[in-house]
Amino acid sequence: MDRTQLLNKLWEYQQQFGYISNQAILEISKLLNVSNIEIESVISFYHFFHKTPTGKHLIYLNNSIISEFKGFDEVKTTFEKETGCTFNEPGNNEFTLLETSCIGLNDQEPAALINFQPFTDLTPKKVKLIIQKIKNGENVKDFCSKTISKIRFTPKNDKTVIFRNYRMGESLQQMQKFSPQQIIAKISKSKVQGCGGAFFPTGYKWQSCRNNEDDAKYIICNADEGEPGTFKDRALLQHLPGLLFEGMTIAGYATGAKEGIIYLRAEYFFILPELEALLQEFRNKNYLGKNILGINNFEFNIRIQMGAGSYVCGAASALIESLEGRRGEPPVRTHSATKHGYLQKPTVVNNVETLCYAARIIELGEDFFLNIGTPESPGTKLISISGDVAKPGIYEIEYGTSIRDLLGIEMSQATSPYFVQVSGPSGECINNTEFDRKICREDILCGGAFMVFNRNRDILQVLRNFMEFFKEESCGVCTPCRAGNYILTEKIKKIQRGLCAQEDVDEMKQWGKIIKLTSRCGLGKSSANTVTMAVDKFKDYFNVKIAPSNFNKTVEFDMEDAIHEFDSIIKETQL
Amino acid sequence: MENISFKIDGRVCSAEKGQNLIEAAKQNGIFIPTLCHFKHLNPLGTCRVCTVKNNGRTIAGCTVNVEEGIDIEVNTPELLDARKAILEMMFVEGNHFCPSCEKSGDCQMQNLGYETGIRFTRFPHLFVDRIVDARPERIVVNQNRCIKCKRCIEEVRTNDGHRVFNFTHRGNNTVVGIDYEQEAKLSETQAEHAMHICPTGSILVKGKTFGKPFGDRQFDFGPEGKMIPLKEVKKHKTTNKKKRIATTSLAGCFGCHMSMLDVDLGLLDLLEVVEFNKSPITDIKTFTERCDIGLIEGGCCNTHNIEVLREFRKNCDILVSVGECAIWGGLPAIRNTVPLEDCLKEAYLNSMTSEKGETIIPNHEDIPKILNKVYSNREVVEIDYHIPGCPPNANHIWNVVKHILFEEEYSIAYPEFKYD
Repeated sequence: MDRTQLLNKLWEYQQQFGYISNQAILEISKLLNVSNIEIESVISFYHFFHKTPTGKHLIYLNNSIISEFKGFDEVKTTFEKETGCTFNEPGNNEFTLLETSCIGLNDQEPAALINFQPFTDLTPKKVKLIIQKIKNGENVKDFCSKTISKIRFTPKNDKTVIFRNYRMGESLQQMQKFSPQQIIAKISKSKVQGCGGAFFPTGYKWQSCRNNEDDAKYIICNADEGEPGTFKDRALLQHLPGLLFEGMTIAGYATGAKEGIIYLRAEYFFILPELEALLQEFRNKNYLGKNILGINNFEFNIRIQMGAGSYVCGAASALIESLEGRRGEPPVRTHSATKHGYLQKPTVVNNVETLCYAARIIELGEDFFLNIGTPESPGTKLISISGDVAKPGIYEIEYGTSIRDLLGIEMSQATSPYFVQVSGPSGECINNTEFDRKICREDILCGGAFMVFNRNRDILQVLRNFMEFFKEESCGVCTPCRAGNYILTEKIKKIQRGLCAQEDVDEMKQWGKIIKLTSRCGLGKSSANTVTMAVDKFKDYFNVKIAPSNFNKTVEFDMEDAIHEFDSIIKETQL
Repeated sequence: MENISFKIDGRVCSAEKGQNLIEAAKQNGIFIPTLCHFKHLNPLGTCRVCTVKNNGRTIAGCTVNVEEGIDIEVNTPELLDARKAILEMMFVEGNHFCPSCEKSGDCQMQNLGYETGIRFTRFPHLFVDRIVDARPERIVVNQNRCIKCKRCIEEVRTNDGHRVFNFTHRGNNTVVGIDYEQEAKLSETQAEHAMHICPTGSILVKGKTFGKPFGDRQFDFGPEGKMIPLKEVKKHKTTNKKKRIATTSLAGCFGCHMSMLDVDLGLLDLLEVVEFNKSPITDIKTFTERCDIGLIEGGCCNTHNIEVLREFRKNCDILVSVGECAIWGGLPAIRNTVPLEDCLKEAYLNSMTSEKGETIIPNHEDIPKILNKVYSNREVVEIDYHIPGCPPNANHIWNVVKHILFEEEYSIAYPEFKYD
């Protein structure tokens, strides 16, 4: 067996038996001729692999901040009551309940995956019904929720790029009129940037992959959209999967790659059958395979690799590690992926949305694209809006649209917005004096997540949720990210308990800066962003948190809290 | 090989092109501290202690290969502080009880603690319960001390090239897992090699743990004549002719007080210029006068400790934590990873000396209540200075006191700055 097949092999065991036994580990390690610990290290890295038996129904309830605000707690207790199990414990033969970070359904929270089938807009009543149906022996596939997100807005006056009429093969027909080099020139000229959040110029990436001669090259589509609050890639995969396939094919044509891999996050298992079916249709129509559209020697194929639950694998370098069957630890980078990427071959890793744009640019022409948006960031951008808005969902907006417009009556209809999180927990927070800022390279970029919180929401609860997410999702390799995010979480908890002096707030900021300065990869470099920004942007809020008597104090000690445990133990033993 | 020149903190250095920055800096007489970097191992880039700036961008120094004209910053205030902070993170993330560690004195992490002058950690200790695994054939792995540097993972392999260690889990739960089957195949020499490359005392070979006596250990003596200045201590101005000192022992063993008595004949001189107020040495039970300086030994494990400590803060101008227990909990804090209920049951109900069928945990309004964990003094009141050591060297204590009280400059000799 080839190491790249490790994740698939592990999935086989996981799906067949509900866990990966020691016996299975032994078998796999023999196949790969490595020590058992190496297989174990991979299994324990991924959230969806289990080393101990799980119930027949594996329930993953999303604990993202939006879910918390929309009734996570009640839904959680109802699940526990109805199944008789406790969350994050092994459970019984029938059920295992686990919390999980954002599953890309933030517009339909609280949401859960039951055997990887989606159940959205959960309420205690709904949960009761679901568990009843499961107990009656119904198959979850038959009554799971429809998840397809509403497309709430597209730019008027023929400025829509993505969500316009799609005819299969249209962009490929256009593509064959140009040479690979011309295609790259068009993509470069359009200034399209990586839409996953890094905003790296796509044309440059393709060009550099093209320039690196090798016997094999790869196009990898990053469909591991793990940033809490983002669900635009899922929307694309559900609305316009064909456009993505065409984008990948164009990338293959331009760079000389013959193989495309879609790294799909395990949370989106439920989309897999449709994607596979469409891939087959593409092959049947010769949009994939050998001599595509009769172009001599142009060969391109796409396969789908399932992830297994790890946020950090959304970073290109970690994603490649994962594809190669290892822990998704971002490696020390000595070369760019376009030189030594997947299997050390030149590789392009592009986000779903980026590849869709590439297809549209070839289809509509780069001038069409350049006429929309701002000079530095032409075109449009998909934004997934969730939180305290009347209309959560997918928005295709022209670059240069202001945050005020996004929140306004024409668009999401936010109710007294106070704290807006742009680009998810690793992005930035915005207060109400900044609502005139514009989404574009010249001002503030948005990877896709746009979460709106109103005045009644507790900022510390938001920050704590974010930090616990990073604490859990850190790959654990470098000290500042592994320990620092934990330390910062504890600090926030301390402040939440009401033990806050000015020094605590200052320290929160200083410590965040150290984590940012010294971490190894993007996760650690951005994990403390929101915390450090919030301290400055929401001074009023934090000033209220500091008790007046603590303004000059640097230390606060709560004696009551410290002896509470002793008192309750003694009470029980004195009788 | 091509020679190139580059800059470190403005100084022109030369090295072979492509050489590792840590090595290149060393050749040019510049020390960049690091814990994960090890000879031939590929740049691991895990510990981040060697964080430097390369043309303004922060990066782990061990992952940089020198090139013509690069401009490296190593010892800027920002980087020095970040480096110290990372070491502090390691100290709070694990459970590093130096006084009870076999590797103490030979521990590279501890040594960097001395080098960077860490007296206390700015972060609260996390006290995560971690296991000591004695199941392997030849070695014991103490997860309390592991800093996840990855050296053993990359370096230690069996003769057939199989790994013995690897990371398992992720995030703050990441641990170095051991493959028992492969470990059993290691030779004695290979196992000892694993122990030696471990920068802390996490990997120990059974029966070979305490290698060298005190004084002979690798880091017992620093560079000859190296002194640690006391620049962070603020001097205390007072009109008192005779300076007043108070001392107390909270959750400690009185070892620090014994060390104070080790000032020896100096004590006679001392009594000329200072007088002791509330202190076990004088047996004065309550403050009779305001004191210039209060020396606190031990941390806070019960309500009485808290009250005494608060009283000291009220009555002393300068408060000094003396010894590991006072600074972060020390040995009594070993209980912090165990729930209080288990501690009490072990002490009063299930211990070897308790009566059979005992059900009562002592409790009376006159007995102080036990706190949910042992607190460091700086979690309870503001502390002005910390003197590390278990116990701190007598000269260290005495020099700090003199430095604070009399307007003279003192510093600490390197071997007098210790955590054990």
